[in-house]
Parts: sequence; structure tokens; C-alpha cells
Amino acid sequence: MAPSHAEPSVAGPSYLDAERGLWSWLTTRDHKRIGVMFLAVLLLMFLLGGVFALALRVELLTPGETVMGRLAYNRAFTVHGVVMVWLFLIPSIPTAFGNFLLPLMIGARDVAFPRLNLASFYLYMLGAVMTLWGVFQGGVDTGWTFYTPYSTVTGREVMPVLLGVFVVGFSTILTGINFITTVHTMRAPGVTWMKVPLFVWALYGTSIIQVLATPVLGMVLMLVALERVAGAGLFDPSRGGDPLLYQHLFWFYSHPAVYIMVLPGMGVISETVCAFSRKRPFSYRVIVWSTVGISFVGFLTWGHHMFVSGQSTFGAGAFSVLSMLVAIFTAMKIFTWLGTMYRGSLWVSTPFTYVLGFIFLLFFGGMSGVAVAVTSADLHWHDTYFVVAHFHFIMVGASLMAFLAALHYWFPKMFGRMYPEGMGIGTAVLIIFGFIATFLPQFLLGNLGMPRRYADYPEAFQPLHVASTAGASLLGFGFLIVAVYLGWSLRHGRAAGRNPWGSEGYEWLSDSPPPEFNFHAPPRFPRPPHDYANPGANTEVEHAA
Amino acid sequence: MRHEASPRPVEPRALHFGDEASRQDAAHLGMWIFLATEVLLFSVLFTAYALYRLTYPGVFQQAPAHMDVFLGTLNTFVLVSSSILVALAVDAIRNGRDFAAAALLALSVLLGIAFLFIKAAEYTKHVHDGALPGAWYAYEAFALPGANLYFTLYWVMTGVHAVHVLVGVGVLVTLALRTLAGEFGARFHTPVELGGMYWHLVDVVWLFLWPLLYLT
Ligand code: HEM
Ligand SMILES: [Cu+2]
Repeated sequence: MAPSHAEPSVAGPSYLDAERGLWSWLTTRDHKRIGVMFLAVLLLMFLLGGVFALALRVELLTPGETVMGRLAYNRAFTVHGVVMVWLFLIPSIPTAFGNFLLPLMIGARDVAFPRLNLASFYLYMLGAVMTLWGVFQGGVDTGWTFYTPYSTVTGREVMPVLLGVFVVGFSTILTGINFITTVHTMRAPGVTWMKVPLFVWALYGTSIIQVLATPVLGMVLMLVALERVAGAGLFDPSRGGDPLLYQHLFWFYSHPAVYIMVLPGMGVISETVCAFSRKRPFSYRVIVWSTVGISFVGFLTWGHHMFVSGQSTFGAGAFSVLSMLVAIFTAMKIFTWLGTMYRGSLWVSTPFTYVLGFIFLLFFGGMSGVAVAVTSADLHWHDTYFVVAHFHFIMVGASLMAFLAALHYWFPKMFGRMYPEGMGIGTAVLIIFGFIATFLPQFLLGNLGMPRRYADYPEAFQPLHVASTAGASLLGFGFLIVAVYLGWSLRHGRAAGRNPWGSEGYEWLSDSPPPEFNFHAPPRFPRPPHDYANPGANTEVEHAA
Repeated sequence: MRHEASPRPVEPRALHFGDEASRQDAAHLGMWIFLATEVLLFSVLFTAYALYRLTYPGVFQQAPAHMDVFLGTLNTFVLVSSSILVALAVDAIRNGRDFAAAALLALSVLLGIAFLFIKAAEYTKHVHDGALPGAWYAYEAFALPGANLYFTLYWVMTGVHAVHVLVGVGVLVTLALRTLAGEFGARFHTPVELGGMYWHLVDVVWLFLWPLLYLT
């Protein structure tokens, strides 16, 4: 041990204090600052998407026109979908928490291409501004999927939205390239592939999907744009084109995109489950290989979105079976988490409460996924609220729960402060309950035949819609509380100390908040990252260099 | 090849890789991944081509007869030659002959520009014929159902490719100037190698477009 380095409190300012002023943030190449900037913007996007979600639920409170007309309703659900999917869920965990943590977790000083990382942030901003500009220019009513041929004939505002999503896609690709390269070339000595933290594996798998799928989305959006300006005709049956081609190409991206949303979340859960069960993961290898498996099989299932579009019976059958394979990999993950908790010493903290919510909702949403993957059943459920409930269980239930778990687990690391734990747990329970109240009735509605994307419905559906709207209000209220106490804790929370959770993740070996180059001296990690058999074994040698 | 970094003092941000070798590894890996995304970008167009070729087999077989095979083939030679010149330039800079490298890069830039001019001449001819994409298709001599789709794909594929050529020319010009300014040499030439990789990709894509669109 080198005693001169052993005392962290005297060793230099944190990344937050290293430089001061707005300009130093806007031009920073520090992955931690970029992560924090992403986090701030993403939370704004979430707020925007959430306001529109509540507007939709209010409209659906009573049959007939409640607060907005039908066109306004179509535009509102498009804003909600576009903002939530393209501007929040897809970038959320990788850009905010991935950027902040990935280098810390492999003992690197930064990502491989810090300037590209900053460029990725500005591309995201540019894309977001273009998209929102289009959306508020008068509104887009295509839904987040931009199905042709409708999207090629409806209002002009579709153009900036298409191009905006295209630009955001570019930002995603750059982040993916950066992460893959960083994991390959910048692991600290001792961090072999089988010692890479599980969250990093999840980000790695996600990045591969991003890099391989996003160009396809980009090109197909360009083709729709071209269709609009030049009447290209590729997706227009009246010119000999094939509208189904759009759906194939769109879902070739967008089905893997659901794993872009959910895999990082699974990584967060793998980390937190170990930390709050005080146990090594039930099987590190199964977690890693199921991540790889999901990344791969996710590419082979897109056709399950097109069961009713005139696909061949053989195609539908093949896509149905392949879809179910994904469920197997997901189930493997669920079992590893439960196995990790089994006989662990559980610590019911705020992140852990979200973990429990995550596992329950993912399980439920995944099972409903298997149900809609059955072609005959999907004929009944397709384009009803059943599907809406399915994907909200998965995307909101899983991705958003994981986002909240990550926010609470790493908040002390990022800002060096704790939040009121009782409030955290209480709010988590409220949010999970509100969530179930919002979306469980939608399964029932869908099964009764309520179609998605309709502003109106028969009288008989009202009780379920009222329940759903009530749940959504609880949910909104819960987020408000989170915003308030986290905002308060930023300034007034008690100091967190280096490792408030007693976690064995590598990132906790650095200060909270970390110094500018992550570690005061190059770290060495002799033990695996989730090893609770020898508490503190990594810490001892951290400053040995 | 991962460089086993040894314990080293904290250095300024610019040197956060530790040494030049691992930084080069990272740069190359990043470029390969980027090229993979480019291939997938084009794969959408190739998929569309395959689909419409299956739907309109006759049209896609007759269409090349309405193309200027001579200009297309000439362009293939132009692009392959420039690719070879770039490879020679990379070889030259590795051996420290930076003036030769800059000259070779400049030559390949000229060929890249020649490619664009030939392409423009072809486009002019198509416009003249009325062989425009989709709704604007008005080519009397080739008026089968589906012919507009062939030409739509032709314009989109070669257009996206031409944009890549344009970007590539810009990259090569920058590299040539920076080589002349003495920024690259035997010890450091990663940007030249990366630019070369990009140019080879642009070339390879054309080697697929050429038979699909001009020969049958
Ligand atoms: C694990 C993460 C998952 C996420 C994030 C997710 C998300 C989604 C989304 C967003 C949609 C709706 C798309 C739209 O707007 O039309 C959807 C539909 C669908 N999902 Fe999932 N899903 C997941 C898992 C699964 C699994 C494991 C299966 C199959 C075993 C599955 C089967 C389906 C099917 C068949 C549909 C289409 C239903 C229809 O439109 O009739 N999903 N999913
Ligand atoms: Cu899917």
C-alpha cells in the first residue's frame, strides 16, 4: 500500500468541481459530465412525454369528447410515443448511466473516443430539437411507428420528425461504437472478459444491437422522407411499391430496439440484485450468455408484429417460434436474479424495491409477450389495448423501473449525497402500485376488444378506463415526489461517502463523486466485481500502484 | 491485440490511453465497427432491390439495356484505380515517404472527382430520357410497370453512394493536406489508414452496385 494515496479525502477535487462554469460543462469531454448532461435532458423528455400521457388518460376518462378532439388525440399520442420511445427510453440508461459508469466499471480514465462522445450528445440535442420542432409545428398524427403509406401523405410536419429521429439514431450509433471500443481496448489490468461487471456486459450487448440495427432504421426513414419529397414509390402500392417492405425494415430495427430498451435495464438489475443480496450472482456466465443470446435472437423475431398483415403462414409460424426463444433467455435471467436473492441477506432499500417491481413486471409483461407471439391468439389481440398493456408492462415496467433503480442506486456515486430512504421506499411502492393500476385494466380492455389509438369508446368500457386513469394519476404523483426529494437531496442530502451500500462493484472503489480521471491512481482489480466472499478485497489494492 | 498497460502516472487527458499502440487499436476497432454500420445502411437498399427484382423479374433484367454500360464500367475502373492509389499511399506513409503519400492521395482525389463527373453525365442523360424516380418517371422507351421502381432504386443507391464518394473525397483532401504539412509519417499515420479504409469501403460498395445495376 502506498500511504500517500490511501486517504481519498485529500486527493483532489471531484469531477463536479474540477472546472467551473457553464462553458466548461458544454465543452467537456469527461464521460461523467456528459452522462449527467444526458440525464438532465432525458428527465426533461420524460416529463414532456408524461404530460402527454396524462392528457391522453384524461381524454379517455369518459366516452365521447372529453378534453380534445380526435385529431388532437392522434397528435397527442404521437407526441407521447415519439418522445417516450425515441427521445427517452432508447437512449436513457446507456447514455446517462452507461456514459457515467462504463469507464469507472472497467477502471478506465474515459471512453475510447471522448470527443465523439460529446458529439453524440450534441447530435442527440439536434435530433431532439428537430423532432420537437416538427411535433409542435402543428402536430404529427402517424404514431411513433410512421407506418407508410399514411406517413407519406399526412401533414408536412412529418419531415422534421423523421429527420430528427434519424439524427438521434446517429447519436445512438456513435455511443455504441464508443462503448464497444472502450470495453475492448481500455479494461484495466486484471479486468478480464469474465470479470467485466454485469452492467458493462449488458451495455456491450446493447451497443452491438444499436450498431447493427440503427443504420437500417436510418435508411428506411430516409426512404420515407424521399417518398414524401420525390414520390419515390417504394412503399406506395399505386406505383408498384410494397408498403409491407416498410414494416419489415421498420421492425427489423424496432424489435431489437425493445431490447435496446430492456437489456441495459437487465444489467442494472443484475448489479443491484448482487449488491442488495450481499451475494455473488447466481451464475455470472448464464447472465452473460443470455445477454448475448437476447442480442442475437432479438434480430430474428421482427415478423411477430406483422402476423395480421398478410404474412405467409410459414413465416408467421417461424416468427412465432423464434419469438418464444427470446422468452427463454429472459426467463434464464429472471431465474439468476431469484437465485441470487435466495439465501442472500436482503437489504430492502429504495433500489431494491424497484428491483422487485422490475422482476414482477418483466415476468408479467414477458408472459403476455409469449401470449401475443401465438399467432392465433394475436389475431384477437392485435392492435387492441392488450398489446398496449403488454408493451407498457415491458417498456415502462421494466425499462423505467430499472431506470429508477439505477437513479437511486448510483445517485450517491454521481452526486455524493444520500436521499431520504424512507421516502424512497414509500414512493417506490406507490409507483409500482400506480403502475399496476394503470396497465392491468388495459389487458382486460384489450381482451374485451377496445382497439388502440382510439379517442372514443362505448359506455361499457368506462369503469376500466377510469381505473386506468386513476392509476396514471398515482403514477404521475409518484414521479413528482421522486423529483422533489432527489432535487432536495442534491443540495441537502447527507454526504454519501465512498461506498454507502457496501457494494463490491468496481465503480464504488472510486470516490463519490469521482475525481476527474475516475481514480487517483491507475486501479487494479484482482477480484471479480461481485464477490461478496471477501469484502473489501479489491479496495485494499486499489492504490497499490 | 490488447496492450497490457503497466502502472503509470496520471497523465493529461490527451494521453489517457497510455500509449500510441493501444490508441491505434482503439481507432482501428472503432473504424471497423463504423464500416459495419455503413454496410448495414446499404443492406436496406440491397434488400429492397432483391424484393423488387423478385416482384418484377423481367423489368430488372431488361433495365440494364437502358443504362450507359460504358460509363458505368469506366467508373468502376476509375474507382478501383483510386482505391489502389490510396493503398499505395498508405504503404508510402508507413515507410516514411510522406511526399509520395501526399501525391498518391492527390491523384486518388482526382479520380474520385472524375467519378463524380462521370456520374453527373449519366444522371443528365437519365433526366433527358425522363428516367426519373417514382412519380416523375416518364421514360417512353422503357414503360413497363415496375420500371419506375428500378430507376427509383438506381437513383437512391447510386445517389447514396455518390454522397459517400463526396465525403470520401473531402476526407482524402484533408489527409493529403495534413500529410504535406508534415503531420503524418512513419511513426504516426493512423488517420491515413482510417481514411484509406473508408475509401476502400466506398469502392467495395460500388463493386456490388455495378453488376446489379448495369450488367445482367
Ligand atoms: C423484453 C422486452 C420486450 C419489449 C420491450 C417489448 C415491447 C413491445 C412493443 C413496444 C410492442 C408494440 C409495438 C407497437 O407499437 O405495435 C410489442 C408488441 C409485441 N410483442 Fe413485445 N416486447 C418485449 C418482449 C416480447 C417477447 C418476449 C415476446 C414474445 C415472446 C413479445 C411479443 C410481442 C408481439 C407478438 C407483439 C405484437 C403484438 C401485436 O401487435 O399484435 N414481446 N412488444
Ligand atoms: Cu417485437
